[in-house]
Amino acid sequence: MCRLLRFLLLACALGSTLPAFAVSFDDTITHLGADPQSLRSAVGELAAANDPRALIFLEALRDGRVSFRDGEVLIKDGDTLKRARDGVAVTGEPGSAPLLNNAVRRGIDSALTRLQLTSPDRAVRLAAATAFADRPVRAAEDSLRAALAAEIDQEVIHALRLALAPIELQSEDRGKRLAAIRTLADEGEPRVIAVLDPIAKGDDAELATAARSAIDAITDRQWFRDQAGNLFYGLSLGSVLLLAALGLAITFGLMGVINMAHGELLMIGAYATYVVQNLFRSYLPGAFDWYLLAALPVAFLAAAAVGWLLERLVLRHLYGRPLETLLATFGLSLMLIQTVRLIFGAQNVEVANPSWLSGGIQVTAQMVLPYNRIATVIFAFAVLAAVWLIFQKTRLGLRVRAVTQNRGMAAAMGIDTRRIDAMTFALGAGVAGLGGVALSQLGNVSPDLGQARIVDSFMVVVLGGVGKLAGAVAGGMGLGIVNKFLEPAMGAVLGKIVLLGFIILFIQKRPQGLFALKGRAVEG
Amino acid sequence: MSTKSRTFFLSSLAGGLALALASGAALAADTIKVGILHSLSGTMAISETSLKDVALMTIEEINAKGGVLGKKLEPVVVDPASNWPLFAEKARELLQKDKVAVVFGCWTSVSRKSVLPVFEELNGLLFYPVQYEGEESSRNVFYTGAAPNQQAIPAVEYLMSEDGGAAKRFVLLGTDYVYPRTTNKILRAFLHSKGVSDDDIMETYTPFGHSDYQTIVADIKKFAGAGKRTAVISTINGDSNVPFYKELGNAGLKSTDVPVVAFSVGEEELRGIDTKPLVGHLAAWNYFMTIDTPENKAFIEKWKAYVKKNNLPGGDARVTNDPMEATYTGINMWAQAAEQAGTTDVDAVRQALGYQTFKAPSGFVEQLDAKNHHLHKPVYIGEIREDGQFNVVWKTEGPIRAQAWSPYIPDSAKKVADWTYPWVCGNCTEPRFK
Repeated sequence: MCRLLRFLLLACALGSTLPAFAVSFDDTITHLGADPQSLRSAVGELAAANDPRALIFLEALRDGRVSFRDGEVLIKDGDTLKRARDGVAVTGEPGSAPLLNNAVRRGIDSALTRLQLTSPDRAVRLAAATAFADRPVRAAEDSLRAALAAEIDQEVIHALRLALAPIELQSEDRGKRLAAIRTLADEGEPRVIAVLDPIAKGDDAELATAARSAIDAITDRQWFRDQAGNLFYGLSLGSVLLLAALGLAITFGLMGVINMAHGELLMIGAYATYVVQNLFRSYLPGAFDWYLLAALPVAFLAAAAVGWLLERLVLRHLYGRPLETLLATFGLSLMLIQTVRLIFGAQNVEVANPSWLSGGIQVTAQMVLPYNRIATVIFAFAVLAAVWLIFQKTRLGLRVRAVTQNRGMAAAMGIDTRRIDAMTFALGAGVAGLGGVALSQLGNVSPDLGQARIVDSFMVVVLGGVGKLAGAVAGGMGLGIVNKFLEPAMGAVLGKIVLLGFIILFIQKRPQGLFALKGRAVEG
Repeated sequence: MSTKSRTFFLSSLAGGLALALASGAALAADTIKVGILHSLSGTMAISETSLKDVALMTIEEINAKGGVLGKKLEPVVVDPASNWPLFAEKARELLQKDKVAVVFGCWTSVSRKSVLPVFEELNGLLFYPVQYEGEESSRNVFYTGAAPNQQAIPAVEYLMSEDGGAAKRFVLLGTDYVYPRTTNKILRAFLHSKGVSDDDIMETYTPFGHSDYQTIVADIKKFAGAGKRTAVISTINGDSNVPFYKELGNAGLKSTDVPVVAFSVGEEELRGIDTKPLVGHLAAWNYFMTIDTPENKAFIEKWKAYVKKNNLPGGDARVTNDPMEATYTGINMWAQAAEQAGTTDVDAVRQALGYQTFKAPSGFVEQLDAKNHHLHKPVYIGEIREDGQFNVVWKTEGPIRAQAWSPYIPDSAKKVADWTYPWVCGNCTEPRFK
């Protein structure tokens, strides 16, 4: 009883000097502990403290710039160390870092978003309001209402209403609930279905009908989004398949070399990217973000050089003997894998996405289009266009086409067919090297990278039709998109099996693939 | 090459060979052969190569201290090339041809299952250093990696706790083979026992080497969007982890929204990943390189020196991880047991191995269980840091005894693994001797 009284007195004393319920920033900071539990409660208090220093402190805590030294909380700001409580600069090294866990980080995020609701910058306010609309937080109700009352910008008001709608659903006022249901019907995310569902099953007929139609509207919208998502995922998977297979479409498709070492040419491209990345890291750290552009020609030339050597040293002796070629290239692939393993080690190597390829465009709360996927699609078509231009518009392309169509006649016209063979193979290998650059941005770079891709690549080329670049495009995109529409329905494992079964049936019906070569070359 | 010099060349070659054979035979007399059965090529080489290296380091260390029973250990390294049937062939070769006293090896459960009949038939001794799905106890195997109750279950308990984010909804995501399937079966039963309904569990598998995680990451987002706190429990193994985490990072699924706890991702796997987007995601292990104990410091120093001396690929970037620590502990325990038994005879060493203790780099005195042949291990939960290491955010107070048979699977709950009298059995419901 006595303690309670003392507490009440203390609360009164505090209340007279401070705004009601707000905890002082200084109080929290001076009693801050470095363990997750006390950090979490401190973050909760700071979110309610209406103090600009709280924002600075929380941002620093999130970015790992806060440290503890001799009972003092320090913030690292650029090269200077400042005391958190008064911003006075101090000398010396930062102290021990606090231990954050996900619960603390989540608290920081939500506290920051709450504080950002009152930011003078419209864009920051809008982002904060949208974040709450995507992820409702009940504790933020008061902050949201206060922000809504003070807001003048229509777009931000709209986002705030949307953020408040799931909370208003529980309101006592029937009119508010109805309005909230209508708002959600227009723009709600699927997460609110869980809140709407009990209302739809409730006794109030009008509210139930509104809630049911809101759920239907949300579900319908989600269906379209899912399909759009699948289409994009399919397109992106198709681009990866196409990039991996395009080089093979040249060496196997046009030249007829069953090149089991094709995957290793992809791997060489990926490792070339790794080497260029490391060179940039050591010598040009300022331009690190652009290492990928430098990696493109390097990967192309490295893979093309290896391809050219393979052709000159081994393959040219084996033309017209597909079985020997198969065995020889298989052996070469093992040799290349082991060589890379000896040089770089058996472990994966790290190839970082440059910052402009990290992250993505937020389309809806559920769907993000990652930049590296978008870039892959664009890159696939750019490489395709370049290859098409080489074949259609250059002398080399003309000769390659002449040699593939009728070797004897081309030789009679004075074309050095052996040289053209070497150039074509090197081109195919170089394109595979470019594919390797793309793969290094999406997956792991290890000596076995090629092994995982070789079957898919042959599948694309055979399905598309040997001898046509258009076939590889149709094959790659077709496989990618069909795969991505099958996967949500039946899972990755079964989806792959069904797809393989489908390909077997298709090849039975149409052994020449989607696009067949017509004319003399077929017999030759 | 003239005829004369060719003859000379051949004879010197033959002489060299004879010398090598002779010295080999001389060596064999006063050494103890131990087998190392890890894939050095193929898909598993990425993980298993380090285990071979750390095993050689440990053997070198034991030899420097005078070996075992006054004899030097002689490692016999074979490469089963990530090929499961080849594991059985190589195991047979080690036991019959090389007559090794003990074998340290295997990573995947399927490779262990493949060598198991060989070890049981020839009464060999295998030390298995990797966390696995449990549901097994063999007279001829000592398991120095974690059973599910030493890794998976504490991890899920952490996720359900306030500190771990109070998750109410779970995605069980794995590669499609025996370890993830069995672990997820145990976890599903465990979650049921904690009152989580099937509606709140999403279980999904991908083929080995799967590289396109767009749909799965989108599905996880959708599943997490249902309004309850969601966590992902990943048993994705091997290479697929890189594309999975890259997709996760790029799709903006942060650890604060949906934490991912992985059972097969350690320091070694993170070396090949750009870790910036992964900060805050979790892993559950029985050892982390960042554990601050004198034993661990010494272990890391030894490893760094060994890497440098032998000029291993990777150099300074090489790290230590959980299965490496388990390998190190296992070899040391075997050496202690052989020393106590006074022989390397399998039956005698097996007797001595039960109750064997060793102060492991994890900082605890770990004990081999005479009954179920598993190691008592502490459990750590770590958060991925930007430098690819882990911050320990939770740990058990001490080592936990392994449950070879999960009490959460009805059929297994009745089974007992006890190799002491009167049970003498790995999967019985009643003692063999009454």
